[in-house]
Amino acid sequence: MIRFENVSYTYPGADEVLHDISFSIERGEKVGLIGANGAGKTTILKAALGLIQTTGTITVGGLPMSRENLSEIRKKLGYVLQNSDNQMFMPTVIEDMIFGSVNYGMSRDDAEKKADEVLKDLNIEYLKKRQNHRMSGGEKRLAAIATVLTMEPEALLMDEPSSALDPKNRRNLINLLKRLWDKSRITYVITTHDLDLVLDTCERVIILNNGRIAADGPAEVILRDQALLEANDLELPFCFAGR
Amino acid sequence: MNKAEKAEREILAIDGMSKGDSAVHRMSPLSKLLLTIVYIVITVSFNKYDITGIFIMILFPVVGYVASGVPVSTAFWKLRIVLPLVCAVGIINPFLDREILFYLGNIGVSGGVVSFITLLMKGVFSLLASFLLVSTTPVEEICRALRQVHFPKILTSLFLLTFRYVHVLLEEVSIMTDAYHLRSPGQKGIHISAWGSFLGQLILRSSDRAGQLYDSMLLRGFQGEFYYAKGRKSAAYSWPVAIICIALAVTFRFLNIAAIFGGVII
Ligand SMILES: Nc1ncnc2c1ncn2[C@@H]1O[C@H](COP(=O)(O)OP(=O)(O)OP(=O)(O)O)[C@@H](O)[C@H]1O
Ligand SMILES: [Mg+2]
Repeated sequence: MIRFENVSYTYPGADEVLHDISFSIERGEKVGLIGANGAGKTTILKAALGLIQTTGTITVGGLPMSRENLSEIRKKLGYVLQNSDNQMFMPTVIEDMIFGSVNYGMSRDDAEKKADEVLKDLNIEYLKKRQNHRMSGGEKRLAAIATVLTMEPEALLMDEPSSALDPKNRRNLINLLKRLWDKSRITYVITTHDLDLVLDTCERVIILNNGRIAADGPAEVILRDQALLEANDLELPFCFAGR
Repeated sequence: MNKAEKAEREILAIDGMSKGDSAVHRMSPLSKLLLTIVYIVITVSFNKYDITGIFIMILFPVVGYVASGVPVSTAFWKLRIVLPLVCAVGIINPFLDREILFYLGNIGVSGGVVSFITLLMKGVFSLLASFLLVSTTPVEEICRALRQVHFPKILTSLFLLTFRYVHVLLEEVSIMTDAYHLRSPGQKGIHISAWGSFLGQLILRSSDRAGQLYDSMLLRGFQGEFYYAKGRKSAAYSWPVAIICIALAVTFRFLNIAAIFGGVII
């Protein structure tokens, strides 16, 4: 589904932040991308979406990253931004949710029907008519997730989806991911510092350290490996730490 | 609440008002847009000495404000920044044009005074009409109406994006001033020594955010054209009302109604 080969990237006027990254994520895989602050997680997601121009090769759903394929690739991937304030740009939640589908040729009525389903799924029907700037951080996050799901992407890229959520909504998110996967075997990549979330929702974990892949393997194994985690400035998930 | 936040609130308040419900809100955006443009063109086109002719044009905003429930006081409050400008433009007229036009009692009224007053009325009426339009029609609807009359999409999109980003800019100002004041208790305003870095940060941060917002628009298939949200269904009376109003305005322009009525009454 997503394949990186020898990908490197340097932000304009800064040092290199991704060094020769190669990995491949198959359809239906559930991947947690973890690493300390500044490790390069967000940068990897941006590269997969073609928001930044990297060296090396990136393919998404069999399509090599190129100008012509960009719109097709972006349609396959649903991206939830780390900062939801930057995700929503229409005046109300529902208009934001419809925006993408309509751009990709869905009729307005169908798009709204789909949006209603998603809102129901996320248990946030009450946010439908809300104005985007009049919501709490967590509500914004849920609404942002909803706008992405309305577009029915083949894979979800979520940048710290649980960071603004209260425990109940965090639980809702976990259940939602499970349901989505059960229903359609959706591929998802989650970057987060919430390792318990990774443990709950992901089968595979990739550890990133200073723009390099430090480990890649089954979540159960990696998240129990205290020495490995600590070497990468991470800590055991709470449920293993025995606190 | 700091100034930037206040400014943002004001913009949002207009945005909020525009989503209200009234006979005027329910009119089709295109009919309102055309009506407003025609109204302004006609009002501005009056002869500069035609004080009674212009005065009658006040009927339209008055009816509009009453029917829409938008308080006129709000309109003047929001327009407080531009109104002095309108005054300033005409203020030299009385000094340039001293020819006496008519007498009120035994005070001679010069052409300059009259033209100053008509200019003032033209300005105020036009502003009132525009404000009525934006406070009863969401920006998206105005853009959609513009697109319907084949206004270039690049301009409507630009207009809409500006509207979105103004709010981003103000939000950043507001966040930054708050952060500044939290660490400089008792200080009024921002110290001049911090202006440079403040402004620099502001530009960087807003362009960064604007960039990210633009990215997320691209990610959702934006290709330069907004498919403007279709609001509620427009009332069936929109076009008849608009056409009648336009016809009336044209009549007022070419027949001096006030004078005719004045003649009848006398
Ligand atoms: N716009 C930018 N310009 C220059 N350098 C940047 C920019 N954005 C990020 N960086 C740098 O790139 C590196 C990787 O950033 P990235 O945002 O990918 O980290 P991250 O793993 O997502 O971190 P976090 O957990 O804090 O979100 C960081 O060292 C950061 O300083
Ligand atoms: Mg990040």
